[in-house]
Amino acid sequence: MQAHTENDLECIRIQKHFGSVRAVDDVSFEIPKGSFFSILGPSGCGKTTLMRMIAGFEQPSSGDIRIKGKSVIGTPPNRRNVKMVFQHLALFPMMNVYENIAYGLRCAGASKEVIRSKVHDVLERISLPDVANREISQLSGGQKQRIAIARCMVLDPDVLLLDEPLGALDLKLREAMKIELKLLQHQFDTTFVYITHDQSEALVMSDNVAIMNQGKFVQIGTPQELYHNPSAAFVAGFVGDTNRWAGRVTRVEGNTVEVETEAGLAMRGSIRGAGAPGVGDKVSAFVRPEFITAAKAGISAGQTGSGQNVIDGRVDSILFNGANSRVLVRDRAGELIEADVVLTGGPQDLKPRDDVTLSWSPEQTMSFKA
Amino acid sequence: MIMKLAIAGLLATTVMAAVPAQAETLRLLTWGSYAPEELVKKFEAKYPDITVEVTFSNNEEMVAKLRATGGAGFDLAQPSHDRIFAVQQEYNIYKPMDLSKIDTSVMEPKLLDGVKANTTIDGEVYAVPHQWGTSGLMANKTMAPDVKAWGDLCDPQYAGKTSMRLRRTILLGMAFDMGEDPFAAYADLDKYQEILDKVADKLIACKDNLKAYWKGGDDLSAMMMSGEIVASETWDSTAYKLYAENKDIVFVPPKTGALAWIDTFALPRKGEADDAAYKWINFVLEPENVKIMSASTGSRASVKGAKDLLPDDKKAAVNAAFTDEDIANLKFFANIPAGVEDMEGKTLEKIKAATGSE
Amino acid sequence: MKQRDIKRLSLILLFAPFALWILLLIVLPHLGMFYISLREKVAPRTYEFGLENYINFFAEPIYWNTLIRTGSMSLLVTVLALLLGFPIAYYIAKIAGHRSRGALFLMCLIPLWVSDLIRAFGWILLLRETGIISSSLQWAGLVSTPVEFLYNDATVIMGLVYTVILFMIVPLVSTLDGMDDAMVEAGYNLGGNGPTVLRRIIIPYAMPGIVSGCIVVFMLTAGSYLTPILLGGKNSSWFTEQIYDQFITRYNWESGAAFGFLLLAFTSLVVWGGLKLSGQTLNSTVARS
Repeated sequence: MQAHTENDLECIRIQKHFGSVRAVDDVSFEIPKGSFFSILGPSGCGKTTLMRMIAGFEQPSSGDIRIKGKSVIGTPPNRRNVKMVFQHLALFPMMNVYENIAYGLRCAGASKEVIRSKVHDVLERISLPDVANREISQLSGGQKQRIAIARCMVLDPDVLLLDEPLGALDLKLREAMKIELKLLQHQFDTTFVYITHDQSEALVMSDNVAIMNQGKFVQIGTPQELYHNPSAAFVAGFVGDTNRWAGRVTRVEGNTVEVETEAGLAMRGSIRGAGAPGVGDKVSAFVRPEFITAAKAGISAGQTGSGQNVIDGRVDSILFNGANSRVLVRDRAGELIEADVVLTGGPQDLKPRDDVTLSWSPEQTMSFKA
Repeated sequence: MIMKLAIAGLLATTVMAAVPAQAETLRLLTWGSYAPEELVKKFEAKYPDITVEVTFSNNEEMVAKLRATGGAGFDLAQPSHDRIFAVQQEYNIYKPMDLSKIDTSVMEPKLLDGVKANTTIDGEVYAVPHQWGTSGLMANKTMAPDVKAWGDLCDPQYAGKTSMRLRRTILLGMAFDMGEDPFAAYADLDKYQEILDKVADKLIACKDNLKAYWKGGDDLSAMMMSGEIVASETWDSTAYKLYAENKDIVFVPPKTGALAWIDTFALPRKGEADDAAYKWINFVLEPENVKIMSASTGSRASVKGAKDLLPDDKKAAVNAAFTDEDIANLKFFANIPAGVEDMEGKTLEKIKAATGSE
Repeated sequence: MKQRDIKRLSLILLFAPFALWILLLIVLPHLGMFYISLREKVAPRTYEFGLENYINFFAEPIYWNTLIRTGSMSLLVTVLALLLGFPIAYYIAKIAGHRSRGALFLMCLIPLWVSDLIRAFGWILLLRETGIISSSLQWAGLVSTPVEFLYNDATVIMGLVYTVILFMIVPLVSTLDGMDDAMVEAGYNLGGNGPTVLRRIIIPYAMPGIVSGCIVVFMLTAGSYLTPILLGGKNSSWFTEQIYDQFITRYNWESGAAFGFLLLAFTSLVVWGGLKLSGQTLNSTVARS
């Protein structure tokens, strides 16, 4: 027990069955104090169930949940020092901002003076010192968000759970809130557990991210690890944008394989994940668009180093998005390949129907045994 | 739905337009059992031009309905004989009757003269008698053999096993029981108020002895049949009905005399089918129709030899209840002068509101 | 310009039935009643204007006692209907599945399928001394002599609660239905126990439904006639009965009309007081649900 106390939250072999459905299947993880931890997965992967078990609204079928080293199995939700920001925030509409924040303190039996000073304190910290007497309906989306967090933080929780709280916001506000949440987490220095299906939210804010699929954790790691060193095909496909081919191994050479895709393209890739594929095994190969160089045919052929994968194709369309612009290239087999490009607005820019040569290195061709 | 209604409406107008002009509707305002289906059908068969529409009511509601319209909406009403004189003076809701159009020869002269005397204003007669009956007591002979007078309802030996209706009948009955003559006191309302006060005291003291106040024939019958009560104030017709089912339950004319009422025929002031109304009156006075009517009402018609026109079971019940002496002792309800309803109403409210030792 | 005229015309046409209904069926009769209530009968067919009918009411303790009795018993019925109806409504809105919801609602509706009269007779059959409950108790050996459950105030209250509870449940269900389950969970999550969540979150949230249910139930109860008359005992006076007596038995329309207005004023006063006490407005409650 003692050894675990530096962790705010530990889950040990948690399982949750609804009838024959395994919503959460043997999940174990630990979250060190003061970190921002995200659970990322497609909808229906069991992440909400997991969070509800941590909050105490569901009981795990087996396994243990420990907060600050102490098991909370059997502890009712109102006795756990785990607070939650709900998807639609669940602010109490019949109370004003002050009462919303004071609610938890009142439940804890704090005196009036303590409540007043704590509420004003937390409002200062979220930079909304003047809204105490506003009604909830008078707040903007971002303000509501911050009040919902303040309402939990005023209680000094060991862990703050956030259930996709940005989902209801518009894009601009969502981007701003991502940064703000990260800042708030630093400021409060509390462990945040953030649930989302939006990978950009998870990557931007988190210290660590767990990728969840079909009730299981597939990989836990820093955002960079997940992005660059996915341990499984699901992670490679789910985190970040990527080109994906299915194919068969034609040759194995140390850590490198030659793959022939179903459409007949040949490329070299590096073996990732568990299990070394042999000749003839099926593999999935992933290449992120930013690692693919697209050049007008004939011009830059010399720059491609030896051992690079090279494919000729024709520009199908340009997806202009400023610094994140992309081209869709149709290869000879008729598949579309995405590659990042720099569009300067000058005459050298790629245009639709240009013939191009795509090249990328085998190291960036992540190949997983299927 | 709207379509359907529209079509129905259209049809209705067409049908109405198609009926010959002289066709009449007789709108009858009467008591629950006073227009048996059988008799209405027979009447319509005899007079194909006349359709009978029946509205069932009671004395108070009849007067209220006619008062609301100033006597319109109905062509023939049947209030009791004591609800004509003062009501007409105050609200002017009836019109005088043309006795030449009614076969008065078949009527029991005593009853006819009584009603005429009671309902004549400025030389015009406003009502003729139809059915008559009495209010008195009902007792289960095996369980309450000693019930003979109104006051016996308050006898402690029947505690919790008697009932009455909290209406004016019991006020009057109890007044007679206490040796007063309330009808005579109508002439002197101060005197009448004194009697009412005395009666109220008596009935308030009596409250604990009662199981409940009955509100209609149905709940009275149920309580009596189930044995929950053994004696009650009642209408004779209700008692006769129970006698048919249980020979132990008999009508008891109180020793101070059963209170007799006569339900009459009266023409509402704005009635539109007087001829049809007279036809109905003469029709129900025919002996074979009296039989049908009495079978339905359980009361006697005001025609000569009415007792013999009662169905056999009713005849037996009447014979079990009344001696000739009892008949001679009947107290007919006297005309209610203006203001008396209010006095009696207040007294009844006082009794209802008084909490006994309950 | 023309467009606007058409708009205005259609607005008038849409509003007309409602306005006519209000005017012909509500405003005019009430004006008529008010006029009657101000007439004093001085002699047959002679009337004078004055407040005599109202003064009579206040001068006679029987009348205002009955009104107060009716009011307090109606309040009791309202409270009982709320206490019984709230868990039912909560179950229907929050716990029952979508399929069983319809069935549950239907069950609440059943009492309204039969008329007041039949319903009251049903109670009478059950509760009378020789009725089903009394005889089953005797059969079970729990009592040795027949028990009379009928003809007392408790029966009247039970019968009324049974009749009106649906009108409490419907607005409650519709308000509770709008409550996000997360709100309750948030209440627990932030440290509240069951009673706290109920008192601080569920009830305040449901307040508009509670108030509108209470208003409807109180009005229906105070204005009910058959149930208190048929189930009531020797002392169970109900104010509507008094109005009926004034109008029908005593031919005293003038004082009956005055009584009607007094009942209206009294119930309005109680409703107003209730709104003030609960800090709600008509707009936030009845108009909402």
